[in-house]
Amino acid sequence: MTIAAVMQRSTAPLARRNPVAKLVAATVFAVGILFTLDPLTPALAIAAELVLLPLFGVRYRTLLRRGWPLLLSVFGVVLTTILFGADRGGETVFGLGPLDVTTGVLAVALGLALRLVALALPGIMVFTTTDPTDLADALVQNAKAPARFAIGTLAAFRLVPLLGQEWQALRMARRARGIDAGGNPVAAARLFASTLFALLVGAIRRGTRLATAMDARGFDSGVSRTHAREQRFTRADWVFVLGAVLLTGAILTVSIATDTFRPVLG
Amino acid sequence: MSAVELRGFGWRHAGRKAWAVRGVDLRVERGERVLLLGPSGAGKSTLLAALAGLLADDSGEREGVAEIDGLDTRKARERVGIVFQDPATQLVMSRVGDDVAFGLENRGVPREEIWPRVAEALEAVGLAHPLDRDTHALSGGEQQRLALAGALALRPDLLLLDEPTANLDPAGAALVRGSLRRALSRDTTVIMVEHRLDEVVPFVDRVVVLAPGGGVRADGSPDQVFGTLGKALADDGIWVPGQPLPPPRRAAAPPGEVLVTADRVALAPRLAPTDLSVRTGEALAVLGPNGAGKSTLALLLGGLLKPTAGRVVASSVLAGADAARPPHRWRAADLTARIGSVFQDPEHQFVASTVRGELEVGGRSPRVVDELLARLHLDHLARANPYTLSGGEARRLSVATALAAAPRLLLLDEPTFGQDRRTWIELVALLSDLRDEGHGVLAVTHDPAFVDALADRRLAL
Repeated sequence: MTIAAVMQRSTAPLARRNPVAKLVAATVFAVGILFTLDPLTPALAIAAELVLLPLFGVRYRTLLRRGWPLLLSVFGVVLTTILFGADRGGETVFGLGPLDVTTGVLAVALGLALRLVALALPGIMVFTTTDPTDLADALVQNAKAPARFAIGTLAAFRLVPLLGQEWQALRMARRARGIDAGGNPVAAARLFASTLFALLVGAIRRGTRLATAMDARGFDSGVSRTHAREQRFTRADWVFVLGAVLLTGAILTVSIATDTFRPVLG
Repeated sequence: MSAVELRGFGWRHAGRKAWAVRGVDLRVERGERVLLLGPSGAGKSTLLAALAGLLADDSGEREGVAEIDGLDTRKARERVGIVFQDPATQLVMSRVGDDVAFGLENRGVPREEIWPRVAEALEAVGLAHPLDRDTHALSGGEQQRLALAGALALRPDLLLLDEPTANLDPAGAALVRGSLRRALSRDTTVIMVEHRLDEVVPFVDRVVVLAPGGGVRADGSPDQVFGTLGKALADDGIWVPGQPLPPPRRAAAPPGEVLVTADRVALAPRLAPTDLSVRTGEALAVLGPNGAGKSTLALLLGGLLKPTAGRVVASSVLAGADAARPPHRWRAADLTARIGSVFQDPEHQFVASTVRGELEVGGRSPRVVDELLARLHLDHLARANPYTLSGGEARRLSVATALAAAPRLLLLDEPTFGQDRRTWIELVALLSDLRDEGHGVLAVTHDPAFVDALADRRLAL
């Protein structure tokens, strides 16, 4: 998942919510799902998330494009569990070489996969619809986060795309100097480490220069900062957070009522 | 009361033996425009940082007095604005308007005053982009104009400019100078450090030259200072207007065999299909505006990038039996023995902890290393860490590393960028020598004087 430094601000009803409200709602939802190990709760959560997706102005196609690394890791989890899962109870569904793939193993694998997706989706929904500047503004204005931290992180974040270009330049410069790994894994690891070190040295220098430039414009003046852009936490944002709490509660209730609820603790 | 007053001012960075700047006595009156000169290492940037109140007490040792309007510079910060060299590390926010607003927020300016002042500052520097334009999408010249707007929005009494055009191509530099001319009112005091003197001298009314050992060497109008000290300053490496350069040296013999040929070579979207060949004993300059793909062409010829179309063909003169394969598939050790690439940023190429160590990479014999150190005047720095070298020294070392494996073809990306006059002259002489010894030399450059002094042939992209 990549986050653009500048994004077109969405007008979709839920995407427009205050960034702090979105963060809180996503956290409530995720923590609710984490409480239980059964496959039904995350399945319900995913269903609810997919229904809500259009209200965030996120298209299903976009989700697929941004979420493919997630699907890849889900596949990895399922495969690992089927191969190495310790819980081999239940009936044997089919044999896989020396392994018996049982209903117990499949249930655990399915539960893990669904939990992973159910947990990741709210994060994707928040970060694909939230401009980083708006997030920093809202953290400072509505969540009373220190500006030094929020705005400082935002500024450092702007330097990240430079790292990619810098990495490529360092790799080419090493090749031009006659240094390559030549298929030797030890040499490759050493080359990687030395390039990474050069990258870090450069990043620290740039970070220091940026910090100086920020202080030159009064970032460390100690004057109480004003806000050029206003972020409001409105009644609609409270309603939104409350909605997330109720939805989480409803899903857990269904899972307890159908007797599938399996708490993590106890 | 004078705007700026320095009395016996000095600063020594923590952990350093030598003073970065020392014994400076200087008064600058309100509204004066001062150009600060001095050989590299004379402490110009340190002096600007001190005036901007950016030297923290715990980062070094201070002596003497530095005051603005009678206030210590550390307490007069809100009266001072500063613009640095590198746009990438002084823009803070992602959007044009937000970046100008950043300083105003820090100074506690009420919101309803912020946006009119943002608009005013952007108008003053001539940036007409919408406020929500992504700052990454601006050209280097526009980014520096934006940095200038960010400083001017705070309405400083004193504006400090630390080589604001050094990282820009000539067109970008002209943009920034135009902004400075139109944006500055007559009661803003300006102190600037700049290497491109021809362009900035009409803008200033006073020139102050720092002496390398400390103190002020000369102080007066541009005509006075350059009239009496012009020759001496030029010999120190300062680009003094009107001081002649050594006459250009053309190739001693006609070019020899082809070393490398680019056949409709392209890298989408950075470089359109291009034809080119470089021969032994010739120097070729590649010119063109920013974004035309000049550096990309050098990387493709240097076997460091794979083309998306067309091909790079090395001759058997350059590569022997390996000529059948394209350079980007050669082993690095073979590549460096045939083609030497010198990057725009010398530090990208440094891999060792001493200057001598850099030249020993790849197992060069001590004799070869000694010769190179002597030829590029680096012998006294053999044990120094490459990262501590001055700009000119780092450039000479990066050229030396490219020469270490004795390649026939030498490719250089903006080799004269930001160099002082002395290094510039040495570089031209060295490249002319290499050409006359039978090397092929290709330089990507924006520097018209460098093209005049060296190139036998030019290619405009």
